[in-house]
Amino acid sequence: MSTAAAGGSALDSYLNAVRATLTAAMCLENFSSQVVERHNKPEVEVKASKEVLLNPVTISRSDKERVLIEPSINSVRVSIAIKQLDDVDKILCHKFMRFMMLRAEHFFILRRKPVEGYDISFLVTNFHTEQMFKHKLVDFIIEFMQAIDKELSEMKITLNARARTVAEEFMKSFTS
Amino acid sequence: MATTSKHFAGTPVTCHSFNKARTEVAISPNNHEVEIYSQKGSDWELTATLKQHEQRVTSIDWAPVSNMIVTCGVDRNSYVWTREGNEWKPALVILRLNRAATCVKWSPKENKFAVGSGAKIICVCYYDEDHKWWASKHIKKPLRSTVLGIDWHPNNCLLAAACADFKSRIFSAYMKEIEEKPEGCSWGKKMPWGNLMGEYSNNAWAHSTSFSPSGDKLAWVSHDSTVSVFDTVGDKLHCIKLPELPFLSCLFFSEQSIIVAGHGCFPALLNFSDKLEFKQKLMPKSEAKTDSKAQGARKMFEGMDSRGTTSQVKALDTIHQNSITQISRYSEAGFATTGVDGKLVIWNTKAMSDVTFL
Repeated sequence: MSTAAAGGSALDSYLNAVRATLTAAMCLENFSSQVVERHNKPEVEVKASKEVLLNPVTISRSDKERVLIEPSINSVRVSIAIKQLDDVDKILCHKFMRFMMLRAEHFFILRRKPVEGYDISFLVTNFHTEQMFKHKLVDFIIEFMQAIDKELSEMKITLNARARTVAEEFMKSFTS
Repeated sequence: MATTSKHFAGTPVTCHSFNKARTEVAISPNNHEVEIYSQKGSDWELTATLKQHEQRVTSIDWAPVSNMIVTCGVDRNSYVWTREGNEWKPALVILRLNRAATCVKWSPKENKFAVGSGAKIICVCYYDEDHKWWASKHIKKPLRSTVLGIDWHPNNCLLAAACADFKSRIFSAYMKEIEEKPEGCSWGKKMPWGNLMGEYSNNAWAHSTSFSPSGDKLAWVSHDSTVSVFDTVGDKLHCIKLPELPFLSCLFFSEQSIIVAGHGCFPALLNFSDKLEFKQKLMPKSEAKTDSKAQGARKMFEGMDSRGTTSQVKALDTIHQNSITQISRYSEAGFATTGVDGKLVIWNTKAMSDVTFL
């Protein structure tokens, strides 16, 4: 299993909890709309029939880092709040997520807008689980969660290094 | 464990049904068509395609004696197909539904069939001799959500329904227009049309239901991975919650054994004598698969290139590679399963030396 990444056991148990919940939530089937004739809509999005929605689950690692999983009979919505400690984190995260969500069709399961209070959302429907291996879809979301933290911290380091260089160059004009 | 399987080109198999001799099978490849395959040696050959539905076909049932096929689909219609030579001729059924039809089943005497639907209605259909068409009567109350599975009692009158409103119910589908008054059975003495004979609550959607061969017991599976059996002997409900993914289909195989299958991709066997017991998962003996190291490395780089991951795509160690959606009886000692992975698997329980059927 690829969960043994940097971060220690706290991250592992967090990711394992997400993985187990996702595996159970992704038991989807084809379900036609009970409200609109001849339609087939993700029930978790339209929320028109209460009985086909399951209880949403929130898994939190800290007050800033959490995952919301909303299962239903034919779709599951996974929303991720990414750790943001300061304003730089916030700007980087916002820009990066916007970049990806503009290209959502290439990611198949990415939602174009995140659920309120979260940074990015995925929508997995029964059509996705028919075409793709379910366990690989779960792996993809877990790996995404790992990679995004790494990516953002790298971006922040690069940004800080660049800011330092710029500041140095700027200060040079006063010293010389 | 002896199994034979057929892989239908990459699309999910929505539903399947065999003819009486088990030489032909009707399947729907997750679209508006129904394909009929005939057995040629060890393989299956496409012999006919039934095209009449406009949207996805949800269920098929092939009547063993009259040799008629009934299909229903998301387009709210149902057709009864009769064979004339090599051709299959459709006859429209007047369902009067305004939502998708989800499941269909011939009654044991084949003089009527039941259609479950997303309109919170069960249609019981019969052949109207006066008008020369298939007409239907509705059971509406107290269904409060989509009917996901139905099954007939062997007495041709009682109908069990598994429903997305967390309930399993038994209705009377006795029609005084076309049949003799039935004798009382273990579920009740009087059976007027549409009467609710039993109602059982679950903690989640009931997916599928099945009467035992004698009709005295009813089994159903629900989305919280629970298998339930109601036994009229002693009037008792037996439930067992299993540590597996939810089951989508169940079959009361003999009076003492139940087969369930679903999102876990394997069939499982449960025994019922005085109480419900989990017996075992029906899995093939694992074959040792070893990739050579060079191949493994190549796959890793391919994976990094196409999916951005280093972990390899591993096949599941079950025969089905995705959810099993339907189980049907194949023979005295065999059953067939189809699933989202597009496989039809025939399981021969006689050859399962490690499996004991009561």
